[in-house]
Amino acid sequence: MAGDIKIHIQNFGLRYSDGTESLHDITLDIYARQINVLFGPAGGGKSTLLRAMNRLNDLTDVVEQTGHILLDGEDITRPGYDIVRLRRRVGIVFARPVVLPMSIYRNITYGLELAGIRDKATLDAAVTRSLQQSALWEEVHDRLGDPAHALSGGQQQRLCLARVLALQPEVILLDEPTSGLDPISTAKIETTMQELKSDYTFVIVPHSVQQAARVADWASFFLQGELIEHGVGREMFLKPKHTRTEDYITGRFG
Amino acid sequence: MTRTKPPRLSRQTSQRIAFALITLAAIVVVAPIFFIVGYIVYQGISAISWEFLTAYPHNGMKEGGLLPAIVGTLWLTLGTAVVAVPIGIGAAIYLSEYAKDNALTRAIRVAIINLAGIPSVVYGLFGLGLFVIFLNFGTSILAGSLTLGIMTLPVIISTAEEALRAVPQSFRLVSVSLGGTRWQTIRRVVLPQALPGIITGVILGLERAAGETAPILFTVAAFFLPRLPKSIFDQTMALPYHLFVISTQVPGMPIHIQYGTALVLLIFVLSMNVLATLIRNHYRKQRFW
Ligand SMILES: Nc1ncnc2c1ncn2[C@@H]1O[C@H](COP(=O)(O)OP(=O)(O)OP(=O)(O)O)[C@@H](O)[C@H]1O
Ligand SMILES: [Mg+2]
Repeated sequence: MAGDIKIHIQNFGLRYSDGTESLHDITLDIYARQINVLFGPAGGGKSTLLRAMNRLNDLTDVVEQTGHILLDGEDITRPGYDIVRLRRRVGIVFARPVVLPMSIYRNITYGLELAGIRDKATLDAAVTRSLQQSALWEEVHDRLGDPAHALSGGQQQRLCLARVLALQPEVILLDEPTSGLDPISTAKIETTMQELKSDYTFVIVPHSVQQAARVADWASFFLQGELIEHGVGREMFLKPKHTRTEDYITGRFG
Repeated sequence: MTRTKPPRLSRQTSQRIAFALITLAAIVVVAPIFFIVGYIVYQGISAISWEFLTAYPHNGMKEGGLLPAIVGTLWLTLGTAVVAVPIGIGAAIYLSEYAKDNALTRAIRVAIINLAGIPSVVYGLFGLGLFVIFLNFGTSILAGSLTLGIMTLPVIISTAEEALRAVPQSFRLVSVSLGGTRWQTIRRVVLPQALPGIITGVILGLERAAGETAPILFTVAAFFLPRLPKSIFDQTMALPYHLFVISTQVPGMPIHIQYGTALVLLIFVLSMNVLATLIRNHYRKQRFW
């Protein structure tokens, strides 16, 4: 089932100012139009790797970065690479939902407006579509002008997903997108991913091993900055090759 | 080793004593303000009239009104704003959003702190040397505004920078992650959120400038000029300097005129203060974090 490689991560390493190596010599392929899962115990570097895929670590205190990340064969770690364009192609939903201090509607249209889209009908359509896809439409369609911060935590999380879906990026990075959600909303989001994956490449850090096993076309197990195992999701969760992966999946640690 | 315990006050008693002391401290702080304002109102209210606000002074400034001084102070406040607000906010944006922590920015910060500490009369002298004489602006609203503007910069820069830094970093991260450039992020997210704090700082800075005497002494203020300024290259009277003049330089000046002038200046400055508070409260209701 290996298809096109969307993102190729080559000998990638990263060190924050605290000195420890948060990612060590990672080589990994992210497949196009698949759900690529990064999982493992806390502090393993999963969020760090996600942020590296759209250069958001540029805003943190990274002191050393090695290796390369190629998007459709283009090196995005190269100095001078157009990172604004990169971030329109590769969207991210953070683990902790942060809504912008604007209305629900403007939160979703924000990225589109930055890209120069002004047409009201286009914006309206994007808002409706993305809210439906993120399973939030029913709850907010009659109060799109309300401030987004008045939404509940779980609603804010789905709004953050809608915000990215509205931009229709090629790759969507999801950092524990359902950690604050009830099982019904979680199921809806997972269904949305399955529906959308014919058009998008997903890289997701799931909030549990169960979710990892449910959604993974491809899975990568991270432990303390190292990539321990990478393979087809179904196979890894049935028959992990490494004992440390197995220990984690079966709940013996982590 | 045994220690004799001091006799203990009951919890309620010590609570009451503490409360009394704190209340006393608050009263000590507030009392002089009430006393000063009350005294000025008491002494000066009889001078206030429509004519006092709208007429030119005459008869050795012992009669007539304050019109040229009021207009002059308005001009100078506006001029100060024109000089200090764009530069001040620009510098604050640079320091908060763009500057890396290096020797240059540390030097800038030290300079700002030191600028804030320079006595205002030194600014006056500096303005005289640079703007009035060297740049040949003469004794003029331009020279006075530039002098007051430079004096006001540190206040505006530091309050604006503080307001910008108070905007959560996560907002910037989100905006950038949605394809925003750094400037778009500042324009659309950071500045609007920081605006109430910035406006407050600006008004407090201008308020100080409006009440200063020393910086305008050598750069713009006219002792007696019973007409309105025609351009920014003109001299003008101004309230603080006028107050200084009629309090110390004119023998036989009626006391209610002096206090009436002080009252007008006080109302001018206090109403700016009130405006700052209103703006802050208005925006605070729409804050989102
Ligand atoms: N901005 C940062 N500055 C300094 N160190 C960081 C930063 N972000 C992460 N780290 C460190 O890098 C390591 C990896 O963190 P990361 O957040 O990528 O792990 P994670 O796998 O996402 O963990 P979790 O499951 O808890 O979210 C951790 O040791 C963390 O302390
Ligand atoms: Mg994480």
